[in-house]
Amino acid sequence: MRHIISVLLENESGALARLVGLFAQRGYNIDSLNVAPTDDPTLSRLTLVTQGNDQVIEQISKQLHKLIEVVKVSDISEAAHIERELMLVKVKANGNQREEVKRCADIFRGQIIDVTPTTYTIQLVGTSDKLDAFIQALGATPILEVVRSGASGIARGEKTLAL
Amino acid sequence: MTSQTKSVDTTKAPEMLSGAAMVIRALADEGVEYLYGYPGGAVLHIYDALFQQNKVKHVLVRHEQAATHMADAYARASGKAGVVLVTSGPGATNAVTGIATAYMDSIPMVVLTGQVMSHLIGDDAFQETDMLGISRPICKHNMSVRRPEDIPYLIKKAFHIAQTGRPGPVVLDIPKDMTMPNQKFAYHYPSEINLRSYQPKQQGHAGQIKKAVTALLAAKKPILYAGGGVIMGQAAEELTELAQLLNLPVTNTLMGLGAYPAGDKQFIGMLGMHGSYEANQTMHHADLILAVGARFDDRVTNNTKKFCPDATIIHIDIDPASISKTINAHIPIVGLVKPVLTEMLAVLKQKKKKLDTTALQSWWQQIAQWRAVHGGRYDSATPLLKPQYVIEQVSKITKGDAYVCSDVGQHQMFAAQYYQFNKPNRWINSGGLGTMGFGLPAAMGVKLNYPDADVVCVTGEGSIQMNIQELSTCKQYGLGVKIINLNNGYLGMVKQWQDMNYESRYASSYMDSLPDFVKLAEAYGHVGIRVTKPEELQPALERAFALKDQLVFLDIHVDPKEHVYPMQVPGGAMNEMFLSKTERT
Repeated sequence: MRHIISVLLENESGALARLVGLFAQRGYNIDSLNVAPTDDPTLSRLTLVTQGNDQVIEQISKQLHKLIEVVKVSDISEAAHIERELMLVKVKANGNQREEVKRCADIFRGQIIDVTPTTYTIQLVGTSDKLDAFIQALGATPILEVVRSGASGIARGEKTLAL
Repeated sequence: MTSQTKSVDTTKAPEMLSGAAMVIRALADEGVEYLYGYPGGAVLHIYDALFQQNKVKHVLVRHEQAATHMADAYARASGKAGVVLVTSGPGATNAVTGIATAYMDSIPMVVLTGQVMSHLIGDDAFQETDMLGISRPICKHNMSVRRPEDIPYLIKKAFHIAQTGRPGPVVLDIPKDMTMPNQKFAYHYPSEINLRSYQPKQQGHAGQIKKAVTALLAAKKPILYAGGGVIMGQAAEELTELAQLLNLPVTNTLMGLGAYPAGDKQFIGMLGMHGSYEANQTMHHADLILAVGARFDDRVTNNTKKFCPDATIIHIDIDPASISKTINAHIPIVGLVKPVLTEMLAVLKQKKKKLDTTALQSWWQQIAQWRAVHGGRYDSATPLLKPQYVIEQVSKITKGDAYVCSDVGQHQMFAAQYYQFNKPNRWINSGGLGTMGFGLPAAMGVKLNYPDADVVCVTGEGSIQMNIQELSTCKQYGLGVKIINLNNGYLGMVKQWQDMNYESRYASSYMDSLPDFVKLAEAYGHVGIRVTKPEELQPALERAFALKDQLVFLDIHVDPKEHVYPMQVPGGAMNEMFLSKTERT
């Protein structure tokens, strides 16, 4: 099953390498990984999408906790949460295709953020599923480049992952 | 460096010290007596600072691996972190096996590794290796010094992390320019460290403990399964009290030997792959397993799918990740074993209840029947010396009170099975990583710190040659270790597996051209004794242990065909075992 794990960790050199290394050493998957400092520059917030049965996810969570620089761990997909991912897609946009791509982007509430006579670069935000769906919807339009941030997530309601 | 608190003794004016002097001074303030190491370019400033004081003594090994094992064994015997100092590059990489050994067995250790100058890092400089990268998966934590003035704090932090929670080795990488002798900084050694991201639990959850006691009291076929956590957690006394209060059968893991006295009637032996018949049977048929500081290792459980089908499992461990990792625990208790056992005892005494006497009686009768089946027997009707017999005699002559430091292989299992460990911290072996070459340096580390104790290195002709150069270190520091070399001419455990699984095709398990170990010992300035016949053993042991301060290398030629039994059948349940070359359950 797909899980979204949020980690609050010390913003120290080596902390990220240790965390990523853990996944490699213990044979856990990383589907996507997203990390940046928080409002408190001494802390980083990391969102990690992984797959595994309950036992594997429990081990991942416990093993993450064991890392000295990890402050908090939460499997946000266990409860109501919001998930967002940013995608930038550069597509070939010639002739009739230009209109078609524009319409498609509008439907998905994407924005065209860069334009050349032959290309569009579209920015799209949503759940990972929605981004997948957009790529599907582009159909025959030639995709030149795709950049995805990996999912970020936050719990709904009053629940927080903070100090 | 983040917002962690520092507690500073402000009563004195700060002393100005170089980074190098701070390293040594911090170790002295931490109460470190011995530092095990080997000098080299990147740590020469530190060695110079070491030379100019006399609080911290340095032990010069012949290979860095030995330094790590010495520090590790000191930690296993004393409970306090051992400290290692090595240079960058090859010095650091030679320490890797020792760090991994300590990590697998949760042994507290602080390893200071030199590093090239900060501005050279990443340039493939002479003797540069990314020690932080290399050691990351094999240590509890690692850090690097970025500013010389952080050295005291980082050293305190290293000890704090190494010695609390589930203990383990911590590596501190020190670039050479952090230790310049002419750059001085104010020295403050923090008295304590508080890390917001690292707050290991101490006490167990009171509700869980009550639940565990209730389950325990309802058991009809209980077993107490105790591991290395009881040794490192200094909880042997509490464990023994609990076991005796409830008359529970006790088994120890390889790492837990000595946690419960082997000479006591409630002790049913080690469990697992080479565990006793009765321990493995008792585990398999138990209706309740109280696991204390043990981790259901694959060398214990055999096939996890067939593991102890009827048992309710209570699991006490400081590391939540060890709980329900391989075997699901019904009642998990996260905490240090000592306070958890203390609280369990308090709850039990308050309840004034015991287990169902009739049920327990018939359980003990059943165990007695299992005991009679194998009972640690071996074929002694041969003219050849049996390795088991040698260990029994060593156990006798040292009254079960020696520090027994083992290498890895058949001799290790024989020592675990036939030496009677009645005290904790006496059995020192590489259980998790299975590091050949561990035994001699381990014995050295113990002997140095406990000079009046009998310290035995049980080894084989394979393992001993992996760190034999340390015979020289032994001479330099007068370490009167007794080496019991169970010499059978083969890599015995490999040969045993080849006998059992590869139709006795001995691929690279026979060692030709072995040295004359007696002459070799003598060449290093020690005493060597060769024993080839059973009747020579007793006088040789007596002579060896009478030579108090001398290293004696006993080269004991034992039956090359001997196997270690019992041995669990691969893929089977706990209680499926080979009992000898011709019998199986």
